[in-house]
Amino acid sequence: MFKKLAISTVAAITLATGAMAAGEGAHIENIDFSFDGPFGTYDQNQLQRGLQIYTEVCAACHGLKYVPIRTLGDEGGPHLPADQVRAYADQFSVNDELANPQLFDLETEEYRALTPADSFPINNANAAPDLSLMAKSRAAFHGPYGLGINQLMKGTGGAEYIAALMQGYVDAPSCTPDDMDGSYNKYFTSGGYPAECMDEDGHHKYPGSWIAMGQPLYGEDVDYADGHSNSLHHESEDVAAFLMWAAEPKLQARKQAGFVGVLLLTLLSVLLYLTNKRLWAPHKKKKH
Amino acid sequence: MGGIPHDHYEPKTKGEKWLDSRLPIVGLMYTTLTAPTPKNLNWMWIWGIVLTFCLALQIVTGIVLAMHYTPHVDNAFASVEHITRNVNGGYMLRYLHANGASLFFVAVYAHIFRGLYYGSYKSPREVTWIIGMLIYLLMMATGFMGYVLPWGQMSFWGATVITGLFGAIPFIGDTLQTFLLGGPAVDNATLNRFFSLHYLLPFVIAGLVIVHIWAFHTTGNNNPTGVEVRRGSKEEAEKDTLPFWPYFVIKDLFALAVILAVFFAIVGFMPNYLGHPDNYIEANPLSTPAHIVPEWYFLPFYAILRAFTAEVWVVQIATFVTGGIVTAKFFGVLAMFGAIAVMALVPWLDTSSVRSGRFRPMFKWWFALLVIDFFALMWLGAMPAEEPYASFSLIASAYWFAYFLVILPLLGVIEKPDTPPATIEDDFAAHYGSDADKQPAE
Repeated sequence: MFKKLAISTVAAITLATGAMAAGEGAHIENIDFSFDGPFGTYDQNQLQRGLQIYTEVCAACHGLKYVPIRTLGDEGGPHLPADQVRAYADQFSVNDELANPQLFDLETEEYRALTPADSFPINNANAAPDLSLMAKSRAAFHGPYGLGINQLMKGTGGAEYIAALMQGYVDAPSCTPDDMDGSYNKYFTSGGYPAECMDEDGHHKYPGSWIAMGQPLYGEDVDYADGHSNSLHHESEDVAAFLMWAAEPKLQARKQAGFVGVLLLTLLSVLLYLTNKRLWAPHKKKKH
Repeated sequence: MGGIPHDHYEPKTKGEKWLDSRLPIVGLMYTTLTAPTPKNLNWMWIWGIVLTFCLALQIVTGIVLAMHYTPHVDNAFASVEHITRNVNGGYMLRYLHANGASLFFVAVYAHIFRGLYYGSYKSPREVTWIIGMLIYLLMMATGFMGYVLPWGQMSFWGATVITGLFGAIPFIGDTLQTFLLGGPAVDNATLNRFFSLHYLLPFVIAGLVIVHIWAFHTTGNNNPTGVEVRRGSKEEAEKDTLPFWPYFVIKDLFALAVILAVFFAIVGFMPNYLGHPDNYIEANPLSTPAHIVPEWYFLPFYAILRAFTAEVWVVQIATFVTGGIVTAKFFGVLAMFGAIAVMALVPWLDTSSVRSGRFRPMFKWWFALLVIDFFALMWLGAMPAEEPYASFSLIASAYWFAYFLVILPLLGVIEKPDTPPATIEDDFAAHYGSDADKQPAE
């Protein structure tokens, strides 16, 4: 009986957590990111390309306040050489100085340049959300597929959500009122939804919603030094991967620790199983 | 040990005698480790060790996390990020602690349902059961307050909803809520006191765990047959039992290692599986999340809380009879705490003379339904409060109460139980053979 219970426990937990995902955006497909799965790690080149997009496009409005610039040199991350990290910090333009009083130098009475020891600056200039944790605070499929265990292979879908959002700007449905603010995005789920586009029951007629952010990427927005394709599709994936790293910079170390833990505990289990069997053998006269 | 005859510690050397006459600690350790334990315990008797491990894990990881955490509304969220990004090994510490809470609750639910099935709550183990229920309540309080500490959106809004429950209590509700929060709303004072209590309560739990163990060492363990260990003589008792060390220590450690392997896989490979994405957004009192969902381990009781709305006739009668004092919200709160209260009172609600569910043909089915009911409630607790979930929640809640208040008392009267084996030795022999079987059967 308890074996069955154990199985249904797992099922119930996965159902319960799966049920938390709620949204009315268009369906988001899984992307085979390099960091998916128990053995997945970040693609260093992809992170560097994503960093370039963040720097040249996103940083105009969005901050990345929890990410120390020095971590750009981290192994398992973008892994930039130390001199490049220093140069990067030095030339990074702070768009919202007032939000970053820690950069104000009392001696010179001027805002100083960033150093690798600083975090990426806060940017409140356009009321755009900070992107440090965006890939973990959104989830495309934190949810009810099968037992939900496929998160093990696919992650929670935060990066997929970001990549989809970048490509989700389409023409607004014809029901849109003229005074509607923002751009229609078929993957965006929050924000106000006009009554004109709801049916009698208050359900949304079209997936998505109106987002304050105008379309940020169109394809060929940046030139990659490594010659990689800069189509919208690729740019979206690159910036999504970078933001996943920004949200979970220790992913590789964590998976390694998990792997070592599982390996050692499995070994310990086997040894304890054999010990237990031998220990009890004199008391168990027959096999059943 | 429960009046079960067994050897006692005899200090031999001069030094041992000196210590033993002043502090009999070696004797205590000896008695604990050699405790005669029913030899037919099955794999559902491993959860106690898992729970003890969880408590230790949570205290150790928690103490280190507290060294780096800042309990202030302006810095709490950032300090958690600081832990995961900048503290050595902080990413593991934090995920171990967060998922450790889930492992703790998986184990405690398994432990509780084990007790419910095998009648571990029945005389003479009522006190063990009641203390266990107190531990479970404290675990829920500790888990809830711990979830508030990262100061994410779910932290903040979960705290707002749960403390709001106390506001539903008639007459004193508002005052009580303000007292709990340290102000009119969830704010810095709330975060501070939750941090303080979150640090304190695990040690209270540890104290109660010692009392819990003391209590069942006084009565002796229950076992899958519910038949007591024979206490007539030491020889008789030894046929029913084996010493805790090494037999059950090794068995329990094996089970713990297997469970921890799964636990490490979750922590290492999908640490946010049981979390909510919204908790990676810093708390914002001005923006309410679309769905406020508690942690999974609260969901069954959250479903009971929400099931009793003003449309339910029981609630309407209660409101009418009390002249409006018992509102729908207060009724829900009563139902939620009542659901745990009936579980705590089960030693006096179960009228059957047979202890173990193994020998109760009708009970088995009702118990299975209770387990299904529990998971159904868990699922319903995560669903939005709308049809058809509202009706399902009501039915599932009704069954929960019916099981404890109607079915268990009645079953003892109408059910004709099977005959349990005469002794634990017989039960063990039926499974594994006895010393009488000289030839091992292949």
